[in-house]
Amino acid sequence: MSIDLKTIKHISKLSRISVDEKKAEKLAGDLNSIFDFIEKLNELKTDNVEPLTSVVETTLKLRSDEVKSKNLRDQVIKNSPKENEDYFVVPKVIE
Amino acid sequence: MSDITKQSLSELVENIKSKKLSSSEVTKAFVERSEKSKELNAYITEDYANALNKAKKFDEKPNLDLKLSGIPMAVKDLFCTKDLRTTAGSKILNNFVPTYESTVTQNIWNEGAILMGKLNCDEFAMGSSNETSFFGNVQNPIDKNLVPGGSSGGSSSAVAAQLTPITIGTDTGGSIRQPASFTGTVGLKPTYGSCSRYGIVAFASSLDQAGPMAQNVKDCALLQEVISSYDEKDSTSIDFKRNEYSKELTKDIKGKKIGIPKEYRVDGMPKEIEGLWKKGIEYAKDCGAEIIDISLPHTNYALPTYYIVAPAEASSNLARYDGVKYGFRAEGENLIDMYEKTRSEGFGAEVQRRIMIGTYVLSSGYYDAYYLKAQKVRKLIKNDFDDAYEKVDAILTPSTPSSAFKIGEKTNDPVSMYLNDIFTVPVNLAGLPGISIPAGHDAKGYPLGLQIIGKAFDEQNILNIAYAMEEKINFKNNITDWWIK
Repeated sequence: MSIDLKTIKHISKLSRISVDEKKAEKLAGDLNSIFDFIEKLNELKTDNVEPLTSVVETTLKLRSDEVKSKNLRDQVIKNSPKENEDYFVVPKVIE
Repeated sequence: MSDITKQSLSELVENIKSKKLSSSEVTKAFVERSEKSKELNAYITEDYANALNKAKKFDEKPNLDLKLSGIPMAVKDLFCTKDLRTTAGSKILNNFVPTYESTVTQNIWNEGAILMGKLNCDEFAMGSSNETSFFGNVQNPIDKNLVPGGSSGGSSSAVAAQLTPITIGTDTGGSIRQPASFTGTVGLKPTYGSCSRYGIVAFASSLDQAGPMAQNVKDCALLQEVISSYDEKDSTSIDFKRNEYSKELTKDIKGKKIGIPKEYRVDGMPKEIEGLWKKGIEYAKDCGAEIIDISLPHTNYALPTYYIVAPAEASSNLARYDGVKYGFRAEGENLIDMYEKTRSEGFGAEVQRRIMIGTYVLSSGYYDAYYLKAQKVRKLIKNDFDDAYEKVDAILTPSTPSSAFKIGEKTNDPVSMYLNDIFTVPVNLAGLPGISIPAGHDAKGYPLGLQIIGKAFDEQNILNIAYAMEEKINFKNNITDWWIK
């Protein structure tokens, strides 16, 4: 298997991480060597194996649906890189 | 009392309780030693003034009935600490000050301990050498320019160098046990679900666990007792009966069946590691344990499985860093441009690499071939352990395939870096507890560790085996204080 530059650009778009040509080439090299290593899994036949979704066989606990924390607005906004009163501010999205 | 920082946690707790030492004296000693040890770069954020104040307050009205009364402690910077910057070793969280406390750290403060600062780690806990941290390399106190392991490298360095009496790390694929092994210290990765993940910066949610890192097994047991709790704020936290691990600790392991998995004899494993393992088997026999050969046939598939599962979960978890709600933001021409620049400038190379791998294996058309395949192999790996535990009570292996390496030695080859975790990763994939204890030195004088893997929720048993073997091994760490001028 080989991951080409076109694929790298596609993944970078899905990941919302911008990459320039130089970085894309480096990433292609790295990812190819990692995927060569991952391909080892194809040696195994797994047709009849159930996928493992949780290491601990337990059922999720139910709890009553109550509000336990109140008035967190200031705390929620506190670490925002840019805010205006009660709102997060982002670049304009509507012309 | 001289040489306060040389005392174990258990000794310090005893000395504070019997009023031979005050919390202020102890805290001052660790703060002073930490200040003299900046060259190790173990800390990302220091909180010494607050720590000294809290110690003073403690002494004015001491509560001596707690498990960690008046003990100062620095913790890995992956745990959210209320009102103290928490970075996860990343530029993207460089200015993040949590408004809440992680459950694990809250449990520690509830027992009377005092926060001294936040310890360096690989960015988002992704690394095996602490070289991916935005805040720079950490030095291993064992030798200059030697990595302390990772991702809990600041934690392992700080405990080995006695900058903190004890600490906590997190372990997703070996991030507690491998750095413990590299620094001659003890590190426990508990059963998945034992310690709450609430307030820990998420990496791979089905694998992440917090655990203690200590100078000896008894201290490790005491901290495990404090941090392990059922927490309704973590939906994967498990409500089981927890032991008082330190009180129930015993060296009597007579008749315990310990398995030796043949698949851990990997190609190219240094003779020293093989020798250490053989010695470990003899020590276990001396303690009265019965040694049984076992097979974990899918061991070789654990790392490739991990490098699908962990990046997949990471790519999803790290989607939240978008420059909007908290953390670093790069300016962009529009919203998408802002996202892409923020994440490109805010994340380091290894984190970007893993997000890309994860995004790829989860993307349309590749999900079945990679992610589903990995989940199936993960099941086979877990089945191996289940089968083995029909015959044995615990499993003994080396902790790592080598001793600590030099800074820069493996940074250009991701796969060779990943191979560090070959013996630790299967334990995370199966959700089991594992402990690394120092067991000897290689020819260079660097420490080597042995790992004891237990059944799920059987921390007490592996702590007991570790406690018994620790006495036989009688390991002495060789720390020369080379970094103190």
